[in-house]
Amino acid sequence: MTDARSGLTRRRAVSLIGTAALALTSSASLAARPKLVYDLMPVQVADGVWMIEGTTEYFTNENGGAIVNCALIETDTGMVIVDTGPSLRYGEALAQIAAQMSVSGVAAIFNTHHHPDHYFGNQVFADKPIYALPGTRTAALRDGDGFSDNMYRLLGDWMRGTEPVPPNQGISSSTVSIGKREFVIYPLEGHTGADLAVLDKKTGTLITGDLAFLDRAPTTPSADLGKWGESIDLLTTVNAAAIIPGHGPFDKTGRSLVQTKDYLEWIEETLQTAAGEGLSMVELMDSTIPKRFVKMGAMPQEFHRSVSHLYPDIERKILPLSSQ
Amino acid sequence: MKHLIAALALFAFTSQASALDEAKVKLDDPFKTGIWSYHQKNILGDPENIRFDDRVVVKAPASAEDSLNVPVLVDATAIPDVKRIVLFVDYGPIPKILTYWPENAQPKLAFRFKIDQATPVRAAVETHSGSWHVGHTHIDAAGGGCTVPALAYASDDWEEHLGKVNGSVWPGRGRMRMIVDHPMDTGLAGDIPLFIIEKLQVDDLSGKKLAHIELHEPVNEDPAFTLFFEDGGLSDKVRVHGRDNNGNLVDAIVGSPKTQ
Ligand SMILES: [Zn+2]
Repeated sequence: MTDARSGLTRRRAVSLIGTAALALTSSASLAARPKLVYDLMPVQVADGVWMIEGTTEYFTNENGGAIVNCALIETDTGMVIVDTGPSLRYGEALAQIAAQMSVSGVAAIFNTHHHPDHYFGNQVFADKPIYALPGTRTAALRDGDGFSDNMYRLLGDWMRGTEPVPPNQGISSSTVSIGKREFVIYPLEGHTGADLAVLDKKTGTLITGDLAFLDRAPTTPSADLGKWGESIDLLTTVNAAAIIPGHGPFDKTGRSLVQTKDYLEWIEETLQTAAGEGLSMVELMDSTIPKRFVKMGAMPQEFHRSVSHLYPDIERKILPLSSQ
Repeated sequence: MKHLIAALALFAFTSQASALDEAKVKLDDPFKTGIWSYHQKNILGDPENIRFDDRVVVKAPASAEDSLNVPVLVDATAIPDVKRIVLFVDYGPIPKILTYWPENAQPKLAFRFKIDQATPVRAAVETHSGSWHVGHTHIDAAGGGCTVPALAYASDDWEEHLGKVNGSVWPGRGRMRMIVDHPMDTGLAGDIPLFIIEKLQVDDLSGKKLAHIELHEPVNEDPAFTLFFEDGGLSDKVRVHGRDNNGNLVDAIVGSPKTQ
């Protein structure tokens, strides 16, 4: 989801699913905590498909970076996992769940894109096929170390032992079959330079990665808003039975695609208008967030981050070149 | 430079400056960085009349999302008779960001800068009568801003853009915004030598000085400023001119959206 360049120090009450014990100690210091454990709770959302839902916050020491959604899909050769979470420890927790679900354990991995919360658990699965778009591997090799530095800074001990492991299988086909289960591949872009959406053909469940968010502000550190919008349009035509978005709850109605597109259009229009009025970034960050977006997770911080990511380019395009 | 780094190392971990660097006026720094009095003395010249003053408002995000482009808005319009505003950080290899001289503009400026580490950013406002009023805020950062090369070098055509100005004036709203293309190399990244714009002057077309900015290394690549004016203080065209340390000139006429 995010490239974690920022160091937000928000200390919000934790809402890790099913981790009452952790929640109680959320305000306690890291040192006072006996052990950092991801208590991942897979919820079945379709025949042979489970979703692990992350919190809709930014990375914090309390949530351990468990802010991302992962999918587990059963095949006759073992479990397929889409996105591996923010750390080695998270990857281990995923592997444990997969081992409980299937005697064959993990058959293969998909990474939807190269943001650290989606692939830093890969280390645990380095000996399995880890599928991704070729551009995702390139970007992971380029940005992995930088992301890693920032993730250690933001998450501290949760990251212990984590090393970024890029995907090892570039996808060039329109479908990938694992065992007898077939996955339709959508090679898209816009959230980053390479965004993979995967459709489970058997159930019609669409896993969008961060091309779709739901009730959590979309993140834009590597975004191209125009291309992102086109990718959403294409995914809308898929008419999926249900959607597992990159962040936020399971989506049975396609609302995540509509909301994400609406939000991106609002961001672009807001930034363009501000540039036309000569606003500085700080003034722009004080903009009123429309009611329909106010309650999204990580607001208004995520809007502030987007201003930093997107405003310099937008205002350069809007402000006319002066005569010499 | 070396002297300053040594000083930073010395004072960063102490809560009190040594007698050698005791400032004439002892201020109770809310951020307690330990280096404040050193800057009070060395950057501001150890003024006799200085205080922290809430009327100097410094606004910035609590955390730097992009360490190369940290936005700041300083507003000293509540202070009468402002001569200049000195912007600097407590911690960084080069503390001074810029000095703003709002000759016929309001003492209010938006800019962006490169941050090196978490630090307070201070706006020290000097009035014509010689009193100093200091406002500040704290910015958290992952760092590296001053020690990474400018992005301009990733593209081949940066020399063509050098000194070009994108901008507009909005006379009815008392506002001018400009982005000046320049790598603003700090001299701290690898073998890339110091290469910065040193001064930008804004005049009206009759030559009357409206404001000027002295830029230092931490100002962001492609410096971006919003200047603010009283009602009627801005006509629909202004001239921006200045030079960098290699003698390259900036000289542009910035118009209002209607006149372009
Ligand atoms: Zn992402």
